[in-house]
Amino acid sequence: MTDPITPMWSIGGRQLRSRLLLGTARYPSLAVLQQAIAASGAEVVTVSLRRESATERAGTHFWSAIKEMDVQVLPNTAGCKTVKEAVTTAEMGREIFETPWLKLEVIGDDYTLQPHPFLLVEAAEELCRRGFQVFPYTTEDMVVAERLVQAGCSILMPWGAPIGSGQGLNNPYALRTLRARYPDVSLIVDAGIGKPSHAIAAMEMGYDGVLVNTAVARAADPVRMARAFGLAVESGRLAYLAGAMPVQEMAEPSTPVTGTPFWHQS
Amino acid sequence: MIIEINGEKKELENSCSLAEAIHDLGYEGARIAVARNDEFVPRGDYATVQLRDGDRLEIVSPMQGG
Repeated sequence: MTDPITPMWSIGGRQLRSRLLLGTARYPSLAVLQQAIAASGAEVVTVSLRRESATERAGTHFWSAIKEMDVQVLPNTAGCKTVKEAVTTAEMGREIFETPWLKLEVIGDDYTLQPHPFLLVEAAEELCRRGFQVFPYTTEDMVVAERLVQAGCSILMPWGAPIGSGQGLNNPYALRTLRARYPDVSLIVDAGIGKPSHAIAAMEMGYDGVLVNTAVARAADPVRMARAFGLAVESGRLAYLAGAMPVQEMAEPSTPVTGTPFWHQS
Repeated sequence: MIIEINGEKKELENSCSLAEAIHDLGYEGARIAVARNDEFVPRGDYATVQLRDGDRLEIVSPMQGG
C-alpha cells in the first residue's frame, strides 16, 4: 500500500517503498543478518560471489537464507581490478542470482579502494551493451559521471567516503553539485556511511537512496542499527520533499511579538 | 589431465566434459556459476564444453557482499 506522504519510488524498473539498500557482509551470523534486513525495511540487498568448495557449500546455505527474505538482490563485482574480471564476474552473477542488476565495482587503489575511473567507464560500456542494469560504484567526479551516463547508466552510486571507513560524506559540495547536475539520474550514496545522521544528510540533499553495510553489520547491535538507518533514510527523504527553511544569520522570534505582555516602547 | 580448480590443481580423466567434471568434483546440486580460462560458461553449455589439460576453472557461488 502506498502512502502519499512517502510515495513509492522506482529504480531499475522496480517499484520500492524503502530507499535504504543494505549490504549483507560482516554480520555476526546469518540469523542476525536476516533480522537486520527485516528491521531495516530494505527491499534491496547486495550480494557477491566467491569460490565455492564442493564439500562446504557455504554459498548454497547463504543463498537459502537470502531467498527466505523475499528481497531484490543486487550482485556486486567486489574485488575486481580489470574490465575482464568485472565482466566475467557480472555474467556469473547474472546467471546465479537470476537478475540483470549489477553493482559494478572496479577498484583502482588498494588503500582507499577508490573506483578506477577509466576502467569503470570501460566496463560499464560493455555491461550496458550486454543488457545489464548497471549500478556503478564511482567517485563524486563529474566527468566520470557524465561518461557513465553516456555509457547507458541511469543510476550512479558515488562514494561518501572509502568503503568501510564510516567517515560519512567527505565531499558534500561535490555530492550536492552532482545532484544538481543530474536531476533525472538515480543517485545513491554508496560506501563510507557510518551513522544514521550521515544517511539523513545524503537524503536531505535529494539523493534517491543510500547503501549501507558495515555501519549496520559492525554496530554493537546490528538489528537496532538497521532499524535506525531505515528511519533515518525515510526521515531524510521526507525532509527533502518538505523543503528546509532558509538559514538566517540572526535570531527571529518564533513566538509572535504582537500583544506581548509588559511590552513597552524603549 | 591436470585442471586448475579455484586455484588448486586436480587430476581429472582425459576427454571429460565440464558437466562430467562438475559431477565428479561433487558440485552436483550446488548453486554455482563457472568461468573457464577467465571466460564465463553458461549453465546450458556445461555438457558440450570439453575440458583440456591445463584449463583453469573458477567455480563460484553466492556469498555475503557489500
